[in-house]
Amino acid sequence: MNKTTSAKSRRHSGTFVERTLTGLVRKTERALFAEEIARADGLLQRLDPRVKIVGLLSLVVTVTLSRNLFTILSVFALGVILAVLSKVPVRELALRIWLSALFFTGAIAVPVLFITAGEPLLRIPLIGWTITAQGLTSALYLTSRVEATATLSILLVLCTSWSSVLKGLRVLHVPVVFVVILGMTYRYIFVILETARDMFEARRSRLVGRLDGRERRHIAAGSIGVLLTKSFYLHHEVFLAMQSRGFRGEVYVLDEFAMHSRDWLALAGFAVLVGAAVWLGRQESLQTLLNLS
Amino acid sequence: MELAATKYAFELADVTYRYDEITALDGLSLQIESGRRIAVLGANGSGKSTLLRLLDGLYFPDKGTIKSFGEPLTEEAMQDEEFAFAFRRRVALVFQNPDVQLFNPTVFDEVAFGPLQLRWEKSDIRRRIDETLESLEISHLKDRSPHRLSGGEKKRVALASVLILEPEVLLMDEPTAALDPKSRGHVIDFLADRSNAARTVITATHDLDIIEDIADHCLVFENGRLAADGTPSAILADHDLLERTNLIHAHRHRHPDGSFHTHPHAHRFHEHDHEHK
Repeated sequence: MNKTTSAKSRRHSGTFVERTLTGLVRKTERALFAEEIARADGLLQRLDPRVKIVGLLSLVVTVTLSRNLFTILSVFALGVILAVLSKVPVRELALRIWLSALFFTGAIAVPVLFITAGEPLLRIPLIGWTITAQGLTSALYLTSRVEATATLSILLVLCTSWSSVLKGLRVLHVPVVFVVILGMTYRYIFVILETARDMFEARRSRLVGRLDGRERRHIAAGSIGVLLTKSFYLHHEVFLAMQSRGFRGEVYVLDEFAMHSRDWLALAGFAVLVGAAVWLGRQESLQTLLNLS
Repeated sequence: MELAATKYAFELADVTYRYDEITALDGLSLQIESGRRIAVLGANGSGKSTLLRLLDGLYFPDKGTIKSFGEPLTEEAMQDEEFAFAFRRRVALVFQNPDVQLFNPTVFDEVAFGPLQLRWEKSDIRRRIDETLESLEISHLKDRSPHRLSGGEKKRVALASVLILEPEVLLMDEPTAALDPKSRGHVIDFLADRSNAARTVITATHDLDIIEDIADHCLVFENGRLAADGTPSAILADHDLLERTNLIHAHRHRHPDGSFHTHPHAHRFHEHDHEHK
């Protein structure tokens, strides 16, 4: 029984390549989930993508430059409200974004608490390390900025279909060729991932027992080579399909955006918010907030 | 530049095309009249897809000449923007694998791609997109990403992406390959409908079930050469030809009395042309 369980768990875990591939396929599924949110009938989804890109990215820049913790936390709270009004599952946001951001930023922020020189605030018993006011300030700024900017960025991505994000990028004067290449890359990631997954599943369906490392590496290298060849073939075919419909090296696109009154209103709202955040963020207010002085 | 209306949509003279050492088409000569509905039959590797790519001005022959609407179809001619635009407007190819053809982020962008490259007026493009999607009953897919479509939907979007150009010649490469029965039915209905935009339809297939519906003339290919041509009924009746060109196979099965029997099997509605004991 133990032997069976062990074999099952080995089979399930697979090789490094298979695990990587499974991870990528899961990410693909998550991308599909994200598109479901982008099609939901929420506040941000109803706005013109250009307004969202300009508005949310302006807030991201403002938060990054702000020296006022209250302002940063307010923008973070605004992000949460926007998420709720845009039907983005807050639990999903908390697990996928806030916890991840906290974990990775924490790895930097925690040492900062102790190594930043300044006014002692709290001494940790047993180990005797001291948290300084300046260290706490830096850690709070870092963490809150990352959480706020990550929330705003993910809202932009979740509430806007990828095609609209790409078109919206043109507002920021990103070259059309670059935008089109990005779009095609995103499109064919799915096709190539599916091909790779099918290849590995086909191989697994014909395998009995466990191969040694050398054999696995040999098969993985062969599969990568085949996948590369298939990708080249696909690239050739796609180029022919483009030529067949008149492509001659220059890209022409059709913008399908139209600003409605709600978009102008939202743009004005974002302008007011950014203006307020910039004005409030000019001076440090942490000392006032923590009543440290 | 307008290409003149001519009796022949294509004229091929002694055309040879090679992929390195492999000869895909070998000294092919034929004329395709405008307005005809042609089925190009042949087993895998017989040169059907290569022929369509040559007719679409994507490949150019190693030897021999091709004329389209009376004008030489050469690499030099296709370098000329005016000629290329006029040709692309009149001739369109639907690839076998729709994933190859659907390279844009959304169905809307996909259908808009051709007209945009041919520098149509943007207001015309928007109107034609709506009409084309409507005619193929895929308006609801307008904002969808191609990777979220079923095989049948992808095929219809691929069709829409070329039909928006209202081509005079429609080239179809294995249009029913890997489709479920319902989607296959949609494609056959479309090809069988003589009122659709393209006047000349050339379909490469080895699906014998559909050729009487979609074609009034057949070209049968074998190893890059034209093995036969004729009406669908005449070609389908020639079992020796079909077996020799690998379009049907010998079907072996056991009768209730235990004896074995072998006969040609065309997969045509799965009918057997004899009584079982």
